[in-house]
Amino acid sequence: MDKETLLESFGTLAINKLRTGLAMLGIVIGIGSVITLISLGQATSQQVQNQIQSLGANLLTVNPGFQTTGAVRGASGGGTTLTYDDAKAIGTDPSITTVADVSPELASRTQVTTGQANSNVQIIGSTPTYLSVHKVTIDQGSFLTDQDVTSMRKVAVLGPQVVSDLFGDGANAIGKTIRMEGQTFTIIGVTVSKGGTGFFNQDNVVFVPLTTAQKQLFGHNYLSSIALEAKSADVMTDAQNQVGYLLLARHKLSDPADADFSIFSQADILNAASATTGTFTTLLAGIAAISLLVGGIGIMNIMLVTVTERTREIGLRKALGARKKTIITQFLIEAVILTFIGGIFGIIFGVAASYIVSAVTRSLFVISFPAILLAIVVSGGIGILFGWYPARRASNMEPIEALRYE
Amino acid sequence: MIHVSKITKIYKIGEVETVALDNVSFAIKKGEFVAIMGPSGSGKSTLMHILGALDTPTSGSYTLDGEEVAKLTDDQLADIRNRKIGFIFQAYNLLPRTSALKNVMLPMRYAGIPLGQRQTRAKKYLDMVGLGERLDHTSSQLSGGQQQRVAIARGLAMNPSILLADEPTGNIASAQAEEVMAIFQEANKNNHTIIMITHEPDIAAHAKRIITIRDGKIISDEANKKQKLAKLINK
Repeated sequence: MDKETLLESFGTLAINKLRTGLAMLGIVIGIGSVITLISLGQATSQQVQNQIQSLGANLLTVNPGFQTTGAVRGASGGGTTLTYDDAKAIGTDPSITTVADVSPELASRTQVTTGQANSNVQIIGSTPTYLSVHKVTIDQGSFLTDQDVTSMRKVAVLGPQVVSDLFGDGANAIGKTIRMEGQTFTIIGVTVSKGGTGFFNQDNVVFVPLTTAQKQLFGHNYLSSIALEAKSADVMTDAQNQVGYLLLARHKLSDPADADFSIFSQADILNAASATTGTFTTLLAGIAAISLLVGGIGIMNIMLVTVTERTREIGLRKALGARKKTIITQFLIEAVILTFIGGIFGIIFGVAASYIVSAVTRSLFVISFPAILLAIVVSGGIGILFGWYPARRASNMEPIEALRYE
Repeated sequence: MIHVSKITKIYKIGEVETVALDNVSFAIKKGEFVAIMGPSGSGKSTLMHILGALDTPTSGSYTLDGEEVAKLTDDQLADIRNRKIGFIFQAYNLLPRTSALKNVMLPMRYAGIPLGQRQTRAKKYLDMVGLGERLDHTSSQLSGGQQQRVAIARGLAMNPSILLADEPTGNIASAQAEEVMAIFQEANKNNHTIIMITHEPDIAAHAKRIITIRDGKIISDEANKKQKLAKLINK
């Protein structure tokens, strides 16, 4: 490929600008949507990972009442097999050497009211260790104390969203009261916002002492989960095993297959979430790839029209001594220029579109450089792939037939 | 230089076989100026395609500078056309929207001649056909006669063994046809071999030798004793 052929091809494509532009448009839209969707997918996946990681480091969660059978897991929190004593045992048993902190929890949703407002929020019955295990920090007031738990006090620590829902933005809620399940709780603290929306919203919660939640609010002695912080990321598996055997022994079970609880690590959740968002991204990219395919077919169609239109020119070039390879190169270059420039515009369009979407939805803006690199390679490749057949057809024309063509 | 021996070309369209050339033999030496005459359908175009390495005969042999053209592959034929044959078509066949200079440079490009050399040579030949002032004109900016002169410059650019002209004056006015003939005779003086296909006796009269074919056979092949000399009109 020399500079002259390249310039000549640009010249040819410039003759019919509208047609060239329309042929390119297919590739622009195709590459653009691939870039946009991959970027959005990666932004979502990044966001989910950030949120899961903000739940706490080296986190293990013990859930009651269901078993892990291969990759299939039952619904979480359904059972009644974990108790506060189990949690205490994990914290004190000498066989447990790899767990730094234990946070027994009882979570449930209920209605919270003040005189004026009410809201449906997640109530978490917890102990002081919740703070360190889940990396929650206190904004105003203080968190629950051991005293609060043992004395079953009716005190509550609110997430910032609950404060703004019930008392208005920026209101000082400390010392005020809320009512849950017909009982009055005094607000002693507000947590710092952890962000997140929908399913992962960690700000729309009310913490009450675990014992209060068990006895006063929900009327039972069970836990919905025990969160554990392992001493380091390296001992996650050891911690999982130690806690597993301790609980099996406490529940008088000999076969791990009969376990009435399950332990999974944050890595498991992260992997599951990554797999989900990954599948989602692939699916979206797949749909976008279809538009790219359609764009490629558009290029092929235009190139076929071009070859037919320029039959006489091809005949002349062959009569003047152009070899097959020369003709193929000429038409391939035209096709590749079309798709390559289309690809560049597609990248610009895709990045702009992802930026706009992230700005509008206030989500992360991620530019996927591998996706851009891939787009450049793919757009060039499409030119070669879909330009090949028309170019071959041109090169195989008989010069006499082509010269006679009217 | 050119040896055509017992060439036959049969076209088969469905079940019908048409004999376009029937056992044709002749030889052309370097420096000749030959007109091939005949009415339409006589087989002269087929002969021209075979001589121009655009087509191969059904049987018989055609050697050009000792090379057997009938047995070459497509790319080898392309090389022969590039190096040994200069084409001049009835419809000029210049590349549209392309300058006269670039048109003349095209066959040299396929031969892999460097750009600078191509430009010098193209200018020289355009000068020779009287278009030295119109290097940048595209075909739409040139008259029919001028376009045909660009085509002649292009045909001569590779200094080919033969200049093969197919009805070169068929599309242009008679005054301009006279100019084209003058250029041919000038080129012929400079030892270029010219084979010209025409059905006009007036044009054929400019050649040194006239071969007449009819129904695929040569019916006469004789020297033109009264070669008509074309006057070169002021450039």
